[in-house]
Amino acid sequence: MTVELGAFALTLALALSLAQAALGFAGARRPSLAGAGEGAAIGAFAGVAAAFAALVAAFVVSDFSVTNVAANSHTAKPLLYKVAGAWGSHEGSMLLWCLILTGFGAAVAAFGRGLPAGLKSRALGVQGLLGLLFLAYTVFASNPLARLAGPPIEGRSLNPLLQDPALAFHPPFLYLGYVGFSVVFSFAVAALVEGRVDAAWARWARPWTLAAWSFLTVGIALGSFWAYYELGWGGWWFWDPVENASFMPWLIGAALLHSAVVTEKRGALSGWTVFLALAAFTFSMLGAFLVRSGVLTSVHAFAVDPTRGVLLLSILGLSSGAAFALFAWRAPALAPGGVFAPASRESLIVLNNILLTAATGAVMFGTLYPLIYEAVAGAPITVGPPYFNLVFGVLMGLAMLALPFGPLTAWKRGDLAASADRLKLAAAVAVLVGFIVFALVSPRKALASGGVALGAWVIAGALAEVAERTRAFKAPWPEVRRRLTGLPRGAWGMTLAHAGLGVFILGACYETAWKVEAAEALSLGGQLRLGAFELTLKDVGTVDGPNYLAERGRITVTRAGRPVCAPEPERRFYPAGKQSTSEVALCNLGVSQIYVVLGERRASPDGGPAWLVRSYFNPWVQLIYLGPLLMALGGLLSLSDRRLRFAVGRKP
Amino acid sequence: MTFWPKSRTARRRLTILLAVAPVLALAAGLTLWGLRDSISLFYTPAQARAAHVAPGRAVQLGGLVLPGSVVKHPDGRVAFAIADKQETARVSYQGDLPDLFREGQGVVAEGSFDAAGVFQAKRVLAKHDEKYMPREVADALKKQGEWRGDGAAPAYGKP
Repeated sequence: MTVELGAFALTLALALSLAQAALGFAGARRPSLAGAGEGAAIGAFAGVAAAFAALVAAFVVSDFSVTNVAANSHTAKPLLYKVAGAWGSHEGSMLLWCLILTGFGAAVAAFGRGLPAGLKSRALGVQGLLGLLFLAYTVFASNPLARLAGPPIEGRSLNPLLQDPALAFHPPFLYLGYVGFSVVFSFAVAALVEGRVDAAWARWARPWTLAAWSFLTVGIALGSFWAYYELGWGGWWFWDPVENASFMPWLIGAALLHSAVVTEKRGALSGWTVFLALAAFTFSMLGAFLVRSGVLTSVHAFAVDPTRGVLLLSILGLSSGAAFALFAWRAPALAPGGVFAPASRESLIVLNNILLTAATGAVMFGTLYPLIYEAVAGAPITVGPPYFNLVFGVLMGLAMLALPFGPLTAWKRGDLAASADRLKLAAAVAVLVGFIVFALVSPRKALASGGVALGAWVIAGALAEVAERTRAFKAPWPEVRRRLTGLPRGAWGMTLAHAGLGVFILGACYETAWKVEAAEALSLGGQLRLGAFELTLKDVGTVDGPNYLAERGRITVTRAGRPVCAPEPERRFYPAGKQSTSEVALCNLGVSQIYVVLGERRASPDGGPAWLVRSYFNPWVQLIYLGPLLMALGGLLSLSDRRLRFAVGRKP
Repeated sequence: MTFWPKSRTARRRLTILLAVAPVLALAAGLTLWGLRDSISLFYTPAQARAAHVAPGRAVQLGGLVLPGSVVKHPDGRVAFAIADKQETARVSYQGDLPDLFREGQGVVAEGSFDAAGVFQAKRVLAKHDEKYMPREVADALKKQGEWRGDGAAPAYGKP
């Protein structure tokens, strides 16, 4: 019964989205209808929320008469994964997408009090249209609440690789990011309809961009962390189509964050900002299409269905095509904003945008090239990581070199020589760090040392900007303290985000260049040498998990005879899906990690049992996850800035 | 400065063009250069034989894992054979096989052939979904008339 109510609520939400779209557009002219449009937006969200609650409830009580539950759940699964199973499948995740889409619409309706009535009403109308498309898709083509004629006694269970805390929370964060860009998209379309994009518009659109981008950062980091320790390959980024699909909206979102600042502060670049706002959500939808249609072979993807791919592509083509057509029609009429000199903060942000979009283009080209090649030449190919590393690395390297100059250069007309003068100390620190790494870390690697220096440069540059603003080391301490406490949260947010990027670069370069790998089949008592460490397989026991059986290895790690840690990797067998997975054991040594995988049992030369033990020493790997966390925190800190919350002027 | 236009909008456009062009040129150049040795073609064993893939060239080899061909060596190396209907190729792989690697199932191996004709795999892909058949493998097998949908036992070429 709950499930039928949920399905009914979902259909109701579809109807309310239609009402929201119609009332939203009509309400821009007749204010009496605008309130009804807001009500419809909140109602649509309530409807989808009820449907989602019904699905979660069906998962929790293991109602196997629901097709989706039977295919993705199991009575023996822990509660967290029963709940997470609700968004672990294609159908459920589309419902989550709709939940967040209508949720953002309801948030605009409920919290957008300071918005001009026309803009708000139209934005809600566009959001309603998007909701209509995706809800129609969910209801008619991928209904998660469909019943099964002959319910099975036991479910097929969620893929054990997905039964993991990081992956339970990865989709909600990722979707908050993806779908968060829908609000910016709606604002952009509404502004194009009105024919006015000004500083005030950018100030309204910016918090939504910040929120979406921060969530997306966390979502991607969680996904990467999951791939790192659950797939057992020791890597954290593979330039796989699915990873690229989530990365492209992130890059465009980052460009949008910066260009929106220019539009807000200086009224310039308004057309470009609107273009990026449209592009960000377009890339989100492209990601949804790439992941679900199976047009590209990926190491991690949903079970694919080509007919759904066609539908998703139609939704993408329809919404983005209409939006960009509108852009082409209305953009030339947008008022050009303030002028700025070639040496100014605006110009540096333009440079940032050019590099970020070029990098996005390169990632998109590499991701879609196999499709183009297969269509033209008829042979399937893949584009390997070297391509991405080269193109993306060079473009982003240039962006990182220029980054610290941005916040230190004045708006409108800046003095690059003066900015360079203020960055002397940061440059010295970066060069010193690079040389120390080059001289002391063996084997010597010049390029990676340069990368580490670049990371240090970005961090030191971010700190130099704070020092400059607070006149640290120049003014007496009380004044510095007064200035420190007086800095707006937005400034701290920027510093934190930039420093976080630097931390990430440090970790990514160091880990990639100096990771150590070793693998061998060990009998009990056998030893494996991993760089400076010795791994000894002490014992292998069996463990009874809630829904799996496991072999657990007890391994001691020593360094020059002294014990370091005792990892216990597992190899689990899930009887429900007849699958086995390896559970990686991680030892934290400062910010570095030792990563141990217990492979399958095989015969040793003397006939006894042996286990393949694979191990990595991943130096500084935790910085790779700390960096994005700092970036997301920086975004949220900026979001909490008073200016963004309250300065939205209430115009008559 | 004769080429510098007088109109303000034209000057603005030219400035933007001058800023964007070098980055685009750099990106395009890098893209073409990067693509040269990052593209790997997909073959089934029979296609690889027919195309005379040069040793050392990075390619992907896909097909079904020949039942009974998997040998796990104590040093961590795994040897198995990938087969399509006409041909079988020996594969050597250093590392842990994916958890969903099974005999008789579709896989894609990335790597290159060595001088002896053994495929040295750097990575072996089998997918999360237990019904997974890599798309390239499914397409290639369909062309050979091998594909009979889920569950049908396929025939193999002679090792």
